[in-house]
Amino acid sequence: MLKNEDSKPNHWLTAALLMPTTMWFVFMLILPLIVILIFSFGERAAVGGYAASFTFEQYANLPSRLKAFQNTMIFAPIGTLLSLFMAYPLAYYLALRVDRRYKFILLVLVIVPFWTSLLIRTYAWIFILGGRGIPLMLEWIGIEGVRLVNTPGAVLIGIVYGYLPLMVFPIFVSLEKIDKNLLEASNDLGGTPFKTFMQITLPLSMLGVATGCMLVFILLMGEFLIPAFLGGGKVFFIGNALVDLFLQSRNWPFGSAVSVTLVVIMLITVSLYMRLTMRTKTGRDESLM
Amino acid sequence: MSEQDISESPDIRFVGVSKWFGDVVAVDKIDLSVERGAFFSFLGPSGCGKTTSLRLIAGFDQPTEGDVFISGTSVVGIPSHKRPVNMVFQNYALFPHMNVADNIAYGLRQRNPKPPKQEIAKRVDETLELVRLSGFGKRKSWELSGGQQQRVALARALINHPTVLLLDEPLAALDRKLRREMQMELQTLQREVGITFILVTHDQEEALSMSDRICIMREGQIIQSGSPRELYDEPVNRYVADFVGKTNFFNGKVVTANKSSISINSESCAVLVGVKSKGAPTPKIGSNACVAVRPEMISISAADEKDNHADIVIKGHVKNRIFLGEHSEYLIVTEGFGDVLVLSPKTNESNRRIFAPGDHVSISWMPEAVLVLEDT
Ligand SMILES: Nc1ncnc2c1ncn2[C@@H]1O[C@H](COP(=O)(O)OP(=O)(O)OP(=O)(O)O)[C@@H](O)[C@H]1O
Ligand SMILES: [Mg+2]
Repeated sequence: MLKNEDSKPNHWLTAALLMPTTMWFVFMLILPLIVILIFSFGERAAVGGYAASFTFEQYANLPSRLKAFQNTMIFAPIGTLLSLFMAYPLAYYLALRVDRRYKFILLVLVIVPFWTSLLIRTYAWIFILGGRGIPLMLEWIGIEGVRLVNTPGAVLIGIVYGYLPLMVFPIFVSLEKIDKNLLEASNDLGGTPFKTFMQITLPLSMLGVATGCMLVFILLMGEFLIPAFLGGGKVFFIGNALVDLFLQSRNWPFGSAVSVTLVVIMLITVSLYMRLTMRTKTGRDESLM
Repeated sequence: MSEQDISESPDIRFVGVSKWFGDVVAVDKIDLSVERGAFFSFLGPSGCGKTTSLRLIAGFDQPTEGDVFISGTSVVGIPSHKRPVNMVFQNYALFPHMNVADNIAYGLRQRNPKPPKQEIAKRVDETLELVRLSGFGKRKSWELSGGQQQRVALARALINHPTVLLLDEPLAALDRKLRREMQMELQTLQREVGITFILVTHDQEEALSMSDRICIMREGQIIQSGSPRELYDEPVNRYVADFVGKTNFFNGKVVTANKSSISINSESCAVLVGVKSKGAPTPKIGSNACVAVRPEMISISAADEKDNHADIVIKGHVKNRIFLGEHSEYLIVTEGFGDVLVLSPKTNESNRRIFAPGDHVSISWMPEAVLVLEDT
């Protein structure tokens, strides 16, 4: 009796609270996906855009964008790994080494660049890597003819720069959560600092590493700004192909087919990755609570 | 080897050790030595520097000044992973991503060269048996109860056969009954393995019941160290008497003082006579002092009864009685001496009578039972 009376208003409240999320989910995610799926089986209208039809032509045409897929599938994992190797030491230092008093300031410094738009910051990199930036300085010390901008290396620099905070924060949080007594206990039991890191610190921060890699990887798969600016048309991602197909050549059906393929590739990689990381640390999260 | 020749160099020695954190002094010029095979306790209120002292031995902190010796060798500057001591942490600090067996094997696996697998497995089984956790090896640490986790922590340290085992309030998280059991177990275990135990606690009962020697600390300094008996019977000052066991205190000014007996003029103008602890300095005449009388040294009788043996007789009435099984604890409101706690054994011939709240009684004690202490 009492239970029924109690649960009824709760039921409505739950529904009401979930409403905005549900709406967002349906209108911003599910519907567009369905639209794109439908478009991908259509034809390009004569003036551009979509014309209703049912054909696999767009999918048959995918190999013409093979280079973009290849680039994305190479640069996204490499960029993720590079960000990880840059971010881990920084997160480690912030979480475990730095004096409590400076921790907050240093954390803020990691996010400060985010206060300016990525567009402007990437422009800045064009200048830094361009003829009057680092190459000029190298000339002063006698190293001539270095080209940085419009190379794959420039794209990777841009990626690491842009995505570093996304990698630093999850790792920082997981390192910060580790009970410092565990590290002392390991030392106390004869573990050298290196062994302590390998056997205690690293395994206990894997959740943060996994989260950070996932975030960066997924976002990198859709990246278009950095390759467009720093790759100079030589290094282009699927994102650039999509910009081209939807905005320039207005071939919506083909663009949709590329998008659907990207989503499928992402789902497969991410679920494989999840399966891999989950298996190695079943139940650990409970213990960290 | 006989007891005598192993004990020539103490396991732990502090020489003028201080530890400052910024401008806070956590440990203040401590001298200390712990004999081999002893069960030694640091006892003191929160923040008095007990944990810091342990951390100086374990090597997690380095002393600001002074020298720490383990088995006669200075260990200042030597990192904790090279010291032959192991610690049981207050929160146990079990590795959450390893099962019980891997936690316990951790110390052996850090050795260089690493012992063979079978030997590690054998030692883990033996140690699990020692702490009465056989068959728990495959469990995850968070699937264990507090008492079981505590024993895993103990096993993880003991498997390395350390010279000294450090225990930082290892029983604080356990409930009262389990704590009693674990106290007994720890004591038995210490005798079995013959390793020096250094225990940190703020529970005086725990320290008194378990240790061979206790070191009482206050604000980073050692106030007194000795056997539980010495601390109980001959506290050097009021702080120690107050910390170790229950005591009645009466304040006053010293009127006469010689080697054996001291008398003070109490606040109610009665003169109380007592003896001085061996360790304590002779107080100056006119200085503040206090008289300490342990509750079990006081006898209680009906107001009209005469006790011819006792020198000091104070009248009062019973305010409260707590039945403690073997004993009864009375709170007596006296004329001029405030509230006095009296512990009266049930079997004592002269105290056979049970008094009820409101009864008029007189309490008395012998001068030998009374300690005159510095009032600090
Ligand atoms: N890392 C530190 N930084 C600054 N001050 C510290 C640090 N560690 C301890 N202290 C200070 O040193 C003093 C002694 O601390 P300690 O932890 O040794 O006390 P304790 O006797 O173990 O107390 P408790 O019974 O509460 O555990 C305290 O005043 C404490 O604030
Ligand atoms: Mg402490």
